[in-house]
Amino acid sequence: MNASNTPFDYFPLILMFIVAAGFVVFTMVVTHWLGPKRKTKIKLDTFECGIESKGNARVPFSIKYFLVAILFVLFDVEVIFMYPWAVNFKELGALGIIEMFSFIALLLVGFYYIIAKKALTWED
Amino acid sequence: MLLVSTFIIYKSIVCVAAFAVALGVAAYSTWIERKFSAVLQDRKGPNRAGPFGLLQPLADGVKMFMKEEIIPNVSNKFLFILGPSLAMLTACMTGAIIPWGKDFVAADGTAYALQVTDINIGFLYLFGVVSIGVYGIMIGGWASNNKYSLLGAIRASSQMISYEIAMGLSIIALIMTTGSLSFREILNQQDAGLCNFCYQPLGFLIFFICALAETNRAPFDLPECETELVGGYHTEYSSMKLGFYLFAEYINMFVSSAVLAGVYFGGYNFPFAKEFYETCGIAEGSALMSLIGFLVYFMKVIGFILLFMWIRWTLPRFRYDQLMDLGWKKLIPLSILNIVVTGIVMGWKDIVALFN
Repeated sequence: MNASNTPFDYFPLILMFIVAAGFVVFTMVVTHWLGPKRKTKIKLDTFECGIESKGNARVPFSIKYFLVAILFVLFDVEVIFMYPWAVNFKELGALGIIEMFSFIALLLVGFYYIIAKKALTWED
Repeated sequence: MLLVSTFIIYKSIVCVAAFAVALGVAAYSTWIERKFSAVLQDRKGPNRAGPFGLLQPLADGVKMFMKEEIIPNVSNKFLFILGPSLAMLTACMTGAIIPWGKDFVAADGTAYALQVTDINIGFLYLFGVVSIGVYGIMIGGWASNNKYSLLGAIRASSQMISYEIAMGLSIIALIMTTGSLSFREILNQQDAGLCNFCYQPLGFLIFFICALAETNRAPFDLPECETELVGGYHTEYSSMKLGFYLFAEYINMFVSSAVLAGVYFGGYNFPFAKEFYETCGIAEGSALMSLIGFLVYFMKVIGFILLFMWIRWTLPRFRYDQLMDLGWKKLIPLSILNIVVTGIVMGWKDIVALFN
């Protein structure tokens, strides 16, 4: 009954992928085939509230979004570090608690640093 | 032990069934949402297609199929198609780990689980697939080559990744108490006694808020904020590609409701289940037991879906800086606090013993 780790347990995921991907591909093909195709130049223009669109949309955007992405990479890796510890929490006992709490303390120092540096301040 | 061929057939049936249930619930969620909002706003809602407008989702689906698909001439064609496909694919894949009921034991003694698969890294799989879902939105918005789409996609992805951290952290406290990442084991542990919500109310609240943000539901639906971004990342989309984005949102809502109902509220378990089964004379492992478990779970899920909708039609939208402040400066410290408190409470004896 316990969750296990054999290829048999992962095989249904492949089946699920086949079912889902099959549905997606089938629907995409059918909708392409069913819908009307009367294309005009104006219809194929990108939407910009009715005015003529100027230039490329891939313009530079706020650096804040990039900072959030970088911070996500750092923090998500640290969150993943905690998962094995959390699963084995009861076996590891007091030593595990102290070790992980010191890790969390270090994490919070870094967290305080990014807040103090205003990396997460959006209103400026 | 099952034969390999039987195993494949049985798993295929479960896969297709899980997929069909997810699609059906997602389709009818649109109907429920429209009726529900109509009730809240003193309107009638859809009432033309069939009794109570029950055929409305079908009509919507057919309409999506029959519409002209427009791919803007400045977009990247391949990525433009890949975006919604990926969103839909990942939404469908997440449902694979949800156990829908107790095992059904056949006459020859083989147990059939009402679950696509029970892997021991259930939660990691869930987070992994959900993270790939961000790509669906990001690729779609970028490939459109439209300023609104790009802004919507960037907003969506930075919102989703911000709340993913708080979501991951809020689950850690729960895993400390359960000691397992497998969904089935977490559900079975709630068989007797209190459900996990009673032990982790703060974790549940954080997870719930993050689930709202991850599915881009109101009050966190900034990626498709009509007043500033037209349609957000799906401004340029039409026909079934738009349908995939909207559908993926509803499937995600269904799956996150199922996770919330299962992990925090016991899933197919209900209070006094054992006594109920004994008085009604329902044997362990019978088909009837699986069915009752499934219905109980399903009612909980529908309850959560209604809660999601209630929130959507009640609360106004956040501003972007408020959204980011809530995610980073409030939910992350709160969930770390939750971990620390859980750790101290659970390991108090060990800590005391260490210092004596």
